[in-house]
Amino acid sequence: MAEFVIKENIIDKVTGRAIPKPANDQNTDDIIPARYMKEITFGNLGKYVYFDERNKDGKEVLTHPFNDPTYHGGNILVAGANYGCGSSREHAPQALYRYGIRAIIAESFAEIFAGNCASLGIVGVMIPKAEITALIEFITQNPNTQVIVDLKDKKVKYGKKEIALEIIEGRRQAFLNGTWDALTILQQNKEGIKAVEGKLPYLHFK
Amino acid sequence: MSKNTLYDKVWNEHVVGVLPTGQTQIFVGRHLMHEVTSPQAFEMVRDRKLRVPHPELTTAVVDHVIPTDNVSRPYKDNQAEVMTAELEKNTKEFKLNFCTEAIGLQGVCHVTFPEQGIIWPGQLVVCGDSHTCTYGAFGALAFGIGTTQVSHVLATETMAMDKLKVRRITVNGKLQKAVTAKDVALHIIRKLTVKGGVGFAYEFGGSVIDSFSMEERMTLCNLAVEGGARLGYVNPDETTYKYLKGKEKAPKADFDKAVSYWKTVASGKDAEYDSVVEIDATTLEPMITWGVNPEQGITVSESIPSLEKFTSKDQEEVIDALKYMGLEAGKPLVGTPVNVVFIGSCTNGRLSDFIAAAKILKGKKVAVKTLVVPGSLAVKKEAERLGLDKIFKDAGCEWRNAGCSMCLAMNPDKLIGNQRSASTSNRNFKGRQGSPTGRTHLMSPYTAAACAIEGKLADPRKYL
Repeated sequence: MAEFVIKENIIDKVTGRAIPKPANDQNTDDIIPARYMKEITFGNLGKYVYFDERNKDGKEVLTHPFNDPTYHGGNILVAGANYGCGSSREHAPQALYRYGIRAIIAESFAEIFAGNCASLGIVGVMIPKAEITALIEFITQNPNTQVIVDLKDKKVKYGKKEIALEIIEGRRQAFLNGTWDALTILQQNKEGIKAVEGKLPYLHFK
Repeated sequence: MSKNTLYDKVWNEHVVGVLPTGQTQIFVGRHLMHEVTSPQAFEMVRDRKLRVPHPELTTAVVDHVIPTDNVSRPYKDNQAEVMTAELEKNTKEFKLNFCTEAIGLQGVCHVTFPEQGIIWPGQLVVCGDSHTCTYGAFGALAFGIGTTQVSHVLATETMAMDKLKVRRITVNGKLQKAVTAKDVALHIIRKLTVKGGVGFAYEFGGSVIDSFSMEERMTLCNLAVEGGARLGYVNPDETTYKYLKGKEKAPKADFDKAVSYWKTVASGKDAEYDSVVEIDATTLEPMITWGVNPEQGITVSESIPSLEKFTSKDQEEVIDALKYMGLEAGKPLVGTPVNVVFIGSCTNGRLSDFIAAAKILKGKKVAVKTLVVPGSLAVKKEAERLGLDKIFKDAGCEWRNAGCSMCLAMNPDKLIGNQRSASTSNRNFKGRQGSPTGRTHLMSPYTAAACAIEGKLADPRKYL
């Protein structure tokens, strides 16, 4: 099949400051507590991300990296192993996206969560455990570090370091070609849609 | 691979092209919607500043959360009020058709839409609801989709899908007294299991299906998804055309032209199927489910199966189901006391269902709480014109307003504790009727009415 590219959706790298969130097995209920799923929109979910961890006894936990002003404006999350385990709810990656997260660097991901992230355009990449530890140490000491998740070079770059990253190849291609989003693909063949509209008899019955 | 079936023909008519992902892009000719699965889809469309190219092809209604007793606004349940207001806002903003109480068109989506005449043979119909397969009764390809796909349909009037296989299910013979479309469906699911239809479209045919009314065909197709099939359908025939003729939103000036087209979409005589199943309906009897999925059902003449009838792998599931249901393997099912009877839903909430229930309840008294919930305002009005409401009320039933009611517990009609219910709905899953320990037995309106009189699971045949 010929290479299919949607220019405006191409994501070849994500650059920005990083938020350290090192634990393993952070689940979708941690990311978005179930009671906020009653919301009729995804739009508000950003403020509920990690809600129960960020608020204890009615008070903001200032040491939580999502509350800590040091990391405000960060768009890259750094986490441990099996990130996003639990339910298939679209609400969890939506909450991260609405908060502003555009890439997640982790030791590994839960499969459904990884797929949900990809369909929203959140880049999820894996680096080895020792590199996660080193990266977290570095950004804790230098929170203004610009971290680059480079999908073209398949590398995570910060300071003087370049670390080979892992991502499912099909998913990497979808980001590089801009085809990660089904809605955008469906919008491409406008002529084809018009042709079916024109020929479907029942659309024109009076 | 199937050939020249209705499924193949209608699918081909709607193919836009093959996507880079390998899936097929298909055009959606009718998009239906309710309040539960649509709000985030509108948000996705709004976020991307997209428009809805074909607002005239989408029709919405509020059914899942609507209360059936006190319908005055705002609803007591704030969440229901918020969801309703959201759909009102969204349909207004995007100029979609909206069926409201004010215009007399409120009801369960799969009851009110077809009776308005908007479902036709040869259409490709989707809705964010798994029982969308109901519309297969008209010879339409109709199936449920997820919220993200709802946004795709809103923004492009298309979606991505893989083609299904087609299984022909031929039902021949003559139905005995009190055996209904619901019983035929529960029998098919028992025979083919709840997973048997995965990857398939079911084509229902044969002399029994030919003789079914449109309402009976809707009951049958409604349950296709409970057998694992994404959709089910019946080839259109004179019964279909007669039903549609004169319906408010059916073709008018072009009606004859439409019928000519509809005739062309039916499966050809030379149609080929991926699988064929034949059923002799003459021996069928009224069905009641004993377990926690729709394949766990028996006839009113049988006892609950003994454990040896199941493979050792399945036994664990059966033991768990029986424990949940408070029943014992090998024991009779008929005679088990029930606490609540529910007659309604998108499976059995149409006029003929209430005529059937009234036939049994006329002049009788119910022994337990019995909710009779019309599927739409139109059904309610017509039932009242026929005096059915009086029969139900005289028998001691509660005659309610239209809605999904006790089928799925997103509104105030719920079981309490481990109450046992005789229900004409479609799912006997654990907790389905609103209590985490509630017990559901699926059956036809005849059988439910008989259960109401006896206060026990009952054989309806002695009342007919």
